[in-house]
Amino acid sequence: MANMSLKKVAMPEQDPNVRNKNFDEVALGYTKEMAMEEATRCLNCKNKPCVSGCPVNVPIPEFIQKVAAGDFEGAYEVITSENALPAICGRVCPQENQCEGKCVRGIKGEPVGIGRMERFVADWHMANAKPAEVKIEKNGKKVAVVGCGPAGITCAGELIKKGYDVTVFEALHKPGGVLSYGIPEFRLPKDLVAKEIETVEKLGVDIETNVIVGRSVTIDELMENGYEAVFVGSGAGLPRFLNIPGENHLGVYSANEFLTRVNLMKGYKFPECPTPVKVGNKVAVVGAGNVAMDAARTAKRLGAEEVYIVYRRSEEEAPARLEELHHAKEEGIIFKFLNNPVAIKADENGWVSQMEIVKQELGEPDESGRRSPHPIEGSNYDLDVDTVIIAIGQSPNPLIRKTTPGLETQKWGGIIVDEETMKTSKDGVYAGGDTVTGAATVILAMGAGKKSAAAIDKQLQGE
Amino acid sequence: MVYKIVKKTKLNSLVEMMEIHAPYVARKCEPGQFIIIRVDEDGERVPLTIADYDREKETVTIIYQIFGYSTELLSKKEEGDYVQDFVGPLGQPSPLHKCDRVIGVAGGVGAAPLYPQLRKLSRMGVPVDVIIGGKSAEFVILKELFEEFCDNVYIATDDGSLGTKGFVTNVLEERINSGTKYDEVIAIGPLIMMKNVVKITKEYNIPTTVSLNPIMIDGTGMCGGCRVTVGGETKFACVDGPDFDGFKVDFDECMQRQGMFREEEHQCKIGRGM
Repeated sequence: MANMSLKKVAMPEQDPNVRNKNFDEVALGYTKEMAMEEATRCLNCKNKPCVSGCPVNVPIPEFIQKVAAGDFEGAYEVITSENALPAICGRVCPQENQCEGKCVRGIKGEPVGIGRMERFVADWHMANAKPAEVKIEKNGKKVAVVGCGPAGITCAGELIKKGYDVTVFEALHKPGGVLSYGIPEFRLPKDLVAKEIETVEKLGVDIETNVIVGRSVTIDELMENGYEAVFVGSGAGLPRFLNIPGENHLGVYSANEFLTRVNLMKGYKFPECPTPVKVGNKVAVVGAGNVAMDAARTAKRLGAEEVYIVYRRSEEEAPARLEELHHAKEEGIIFKFLNNPVAIKADENGWVSQMEIVKQELGEPDESGRRSPHPIEGSNYDLDVDTVIIAIGQSPNPLIRKTTPGLETQKWGGIIVDEETMKTSKDGVYAGGDTVTGAATVILAMGAGKKSAAAIDKQLQGE
Repeated sequence: MVYKIVKKTKLNSLVEMMEIHAPYVARKCEPGQFIIIRVDEDGERVPLTIADYDREKETVTIIYQIFGYSTELLSKKEEGDYVQDFVGPLGQPSPLHKCDRVIGVAGGVGAAPLYPQLRKLSRMGVPVDVIIGGKSAEFVILKELFEEFCDNVYIATDDGSLGTKGFVTNVLEERINSGTKYDEVIAIGPLIMMKNVVKITKEYNIPTTVSLNPIMIDGTGMCGGCRVTVGGETKFACVDGPDFDGFKVDFDECMQRQGMFREEEHQCKIGRGM
């Protein structure tokens, strides 16, 4: 008989008023006992709706049964048969819209805590398991992967297992892409990211940092150098701005810049680490996605007294994961929904002093299906702020499309691919992740990387 | 990946030159482009312009002024040592084209990126002149190298210890007034110098290219920290530049943005005992 508790086994967390002053991980993870107890909530149903909600098709009930039986290494093997980065996915996947969103237990009560168990299994493996010797038979073919983020790592991991020689080219000095520069330490510890990438490197994947494809070398040159296929997973590395007056004042950052300074360059350790990050006392973050929550919570941890989320729609439309919104609120972030910034004002030294905001009301749904905001005339007011962080999304980085003849892209910059084969308009070139879809999630990028690896294999094996 | 310092030369008490083994950059770089260097683990990413390159030896030459924490750290490295990271080439190559005569204007270490640009123009058959400026004779760099291909090398120093006493802009105005016809001016140096050059060239309507080196992190368009207003539009110096039409650049905004972390620059040196 299954455990019919309506609630997930609670996961311990740092107290909000303690954690909003440190960069340690917020959620502390399940113990063995908690994981085994939560596993008994799974009904092991026949049609496995949870698996259909997973972009990489992890056999979820199978791994949960292993957890229930206390066979954690067995559970790890089941998960990693389909997902190379479980410690990361267990932490940052929007489970409520994926596996857990489809769980029948969620109809009445909370769904099974799949993400929490995935995280437990991956952490258990890292702490306890000995690395297994893997023997891979090489097939003598070379594939290049552009970008060492979730899409690229996944694609490389899949291809290396199939016998290809795989080189991943990374523009920054550190692998991981958005896992390294974007998602903060308190949500995704960086040594854990490094370990998961190491696992893929141990399989034989060669990661070359400091190579900017499009500048240091072009895709055509890679093909001339014997790479029979190229997978482009270069991400969405071009920040959008609001295009309102005052955006170039001092104290205005893109979320990318702010988070990169803190995460990749360890600005929170300044001056021990020499890259500075400046955060004032009153910080406004524009936008309400996961990146906005990351920026706001980071600003709070860096000592800002008041941190606002300024968003032109209402809470219902906010694209962030529920857990992120919830954590941000707990940590004292102030939400200003239905507030749209129209100008940023500066003091006599050029530093941000105020943000002019117009209040909004919701009208009919727009093309995104969300109710569109309209300004309320005469509702303008000034909010005192000394730092502004723009977190309204990113576009695909233009370097590759500008330097790769024959590669077709959307008007907004996304690389065009055949959704079935992940092929681009250029022979031998595949693409996936944010560079195709625009900014999305880690797991969707991983799914695309995996699909591309299968397509590349099929093509190169001449099937 | 580590990058070996093949050669190090002291150009004066504050300015040094390093030739660094960096195959990817050396194979592809063109005049006007830059690199980002990180001296050690946890180091800052520092953008520096490319002064020269050798495709066969696969080396790239950088010239830097010891200014803040990271350049001081770099200067502690010697021939045979390695730097942690060296990535590029970044930015667009300079838009060099054939014309009747070009004059380059360099202030301080601005002479470094100007050198490969003028040399390339000269190789394209364009007659070139140059004005090099510095605080004093000691801080006028690369004079002999420019003399190899420039028709005229003019010097301006603040204290008059070499060439004309005064600013490069004084010499530039004098050259223009003397009747020499210049089709284009390429000015690289401190923002205030480039701003003042443009003030003059605008008056005489001589197209002027300037090179910007604002604060940035990744150099690939990702952070947006290097945004500059050019002709009323926001551009990213790392991917749209670093060269821009000097007539259109909002220099005052550039100067303001350059100072965003001035206090921290100071704090960093104190915090790290320098």
